[in-house]
Amino acid sequence: MSLSTTASERRPSAAHELLGYHPPGGNQRLRWALADALTLTRRDMLVWLRVPSFIVFTIVQPVMFVLLFRYVFGGAIKVDVKGGYVNFLMPGIIGQSAAFASFGTAIALAREMQKGIIDRFRSMPMARSAVLVGRLLADTVRLTATVVVLAAVGYAVGFRFENGVLPAIAMLALGVALGVSICCVAGWIGLLVRDEESVGSVGLIWLFPLTFVSSAFVQVQSMPGWLQAFANNQPVTIVMDEMRALALGGPLVTHGWESALWLVGITAVFGYLAVKAYRRP
Amino acid sequence: MSPPTITDTVAGVTSAAWNGPAIVVEGLTKSFGDVHALRGVDFEVPRGTVLGVLGPNGAGKTTAVRVLTTLLQPDGGKALVEGRDVVHQPDAVRAIIGLAGQSAAIQEELTGRENLEIIGRLYHLPKAAARTRAAELLERFNLTDAADRPAKTFSGGMQRRLDLASSLVARPAVLFLDEPTTGLDPRSRIGMWEVIRDLVSTGTTLLLTTQYLDEADELADQIIVIDHGRVIAGGTAEELKDMVGGDVVEFIVPDDDRLDDAAQAVAGLSDAAPSVDRGAGQIAVRVGGKGSSAVIQAVRQLDAAGIVTDGLTLRRPSLDDVFLSLTGHSAEDGDALPANRHPRSTDHVA
Repeated sequence: MSLSTTASERRPSAAHELLGYHPPGGNQRLRWALADALTLTRRDMLVWLRVPSFIVFTIVQPVMFVLLFRYVFGGAIKVDVKGGYVNFLMPGIIGQSAAFASFGTAIALAREMQKGIIDRFRSMPMARSAVLVGRLLADTVRLTATVVVLAAVGYAVGFRFENGVLPAIAMLALGVALGVSICCVAGWIGLLVRDEESVGSVGLIWLFPLTFVSSAFVQVQSMPGWLQAFANNQPVTIVMDEMRALALGGPLVTHGWESALWLVGITAVFGYLAVKAYRRP
Repeated sequence: MSPPTITDTVAGVTSAAWNGPAIVVEGLTKSFGDVHALRGVDFEVPRGTVLGVLGPNGAGKTTAVRVLTTLLQPDGGKALVEGRDVVHQPDAVRAIIGLAGQSAAIQEELTGRENLEIIGRLYHLPKAAARTRAAELLERFNLTDAADRPAKTFSGGMQRRLDLASSLVARPAVLFLDEPTTGLDPRSRIGMWEVIRDLVSTGTTLLLTTQYLDEADELADQIIVIDHGRVIAGGTAEELKDMVGGDVVEFIVPDDDRLDDAAQAVAGLSDAAPSVDRGAGQIAVRVGGKGSSAVIQAVRQLDAAGIVTDGLTLRRPSLDDVFLSLTGHSAEDGDALPANRHPRSTDHVA
């Protein structure tokens, strides 16, 4: 370890492993991928805490939606559900808010692409999945906050879980899972489009028909027949119906399987596409 | 016996020592559809030196940097950084490089310190080490006072310094700076130059792209000039300047009637005839390497002829002159155009 290494000791790079850089093995690689993701999760959450408009976006806007639909539109919408429209509405609006939270994901990733932050990450010995996984973990925390606050506000305006505690928790978790799967789609678009403004204005426009042409706010039977065909068979309706069944009681099994398949499928497919888009030069 | 295994584990690769140049690029090609960004680029950067890659927008500079920093796969050719192949050993390359791109890649909502600590954590430094390293860099880049303010309150120059600091967290052996001063005011630019010079003095190998000719002149040991995806010239700044015929003595004759007399008076300074710009009343003589002795001679001759001049100077050719003589267009223009055809002119419409 003395004379034989003079060649490599001359290397200027010899300085940097004093900082503790070691080559990764298989297990180490996985641990690092997780550590990288968690570092970025912490970063993302720290950023939110510094941006007041984010709190508005995450909490205030969904709450306003609840109040608007409960008191402005609610009186005009007839549903045959125990407890009236507010009980019908809350599972729907929780799912819709969770899906719309994906705007934050897409915009943040597009901005990081645009600003070269992701280029820096890609030039570092980091896991490729870290930016997306870190972001999705942070999104999960954010979605959970949104969903819990909405349920509480729902209670204040007359909504009641009719089916017990565990199904109630499962319903909220399903809302979060719906949000995360849509965040994968939005994240993919953000990484693909790479322009904050385009993403914010047109990149997520599909979310409107997807969430509104569903059972989120009205019963599908009230729509024209041609629209029902779409509304009845699209994933948001399927997940919403399951959430409603969990909250209010009703048959769970069929929609449960379908919901799980849709959510796992969307998350897997678009998560994969998003990681690919991250790697795309 | 504490850190003896250092050299065996350098940056995640074997201890096989690489004694070649820090960067080796051979026949590198890259196209985006019909756009040939790199058409067979070759160059080497000896360890511990600075290569300035000079060229106009769209010349292929950024593409070359993106290939070397593993962000882009080349179509053909070879690129090695410290002997590590950018295509086949990207992680090994990533472990020893630093990159600062054209915009400040920092998280504006976070403080300068947080930005650097997060990068440190992403390089898998333990928490305490990341913190120490962040403090060191803040100190070195003169950001300590602002360290705990959100980066969005920083000036442009401070943001770029923070960005540069971010690229240095893991003490890279090879640093890539893509147009590090683009968009900065002159003062911040000079501040940035000082920082970069200081950095290079510690032995870091640096590849720097720039559109600013004075910047390459100021910072680089060797310069290559890229245009349309090819290296069209290379050498030291002085060598490139010699290509266009050395120094120029320039002066203005306020009295238009004496312009020809003045040209006559200085004709003996050079084999080449003095060039006379009648509109500006300016005369320029190429004097090769004679430099200041040519100035003295010019002053004597003009004085003897009784000609009053305004602002007689010795101008060293700028790299702009070099670019113009190599490519037939100035570095700022995208394409070579016929001399009297400005891109905005409309005479070819119709």
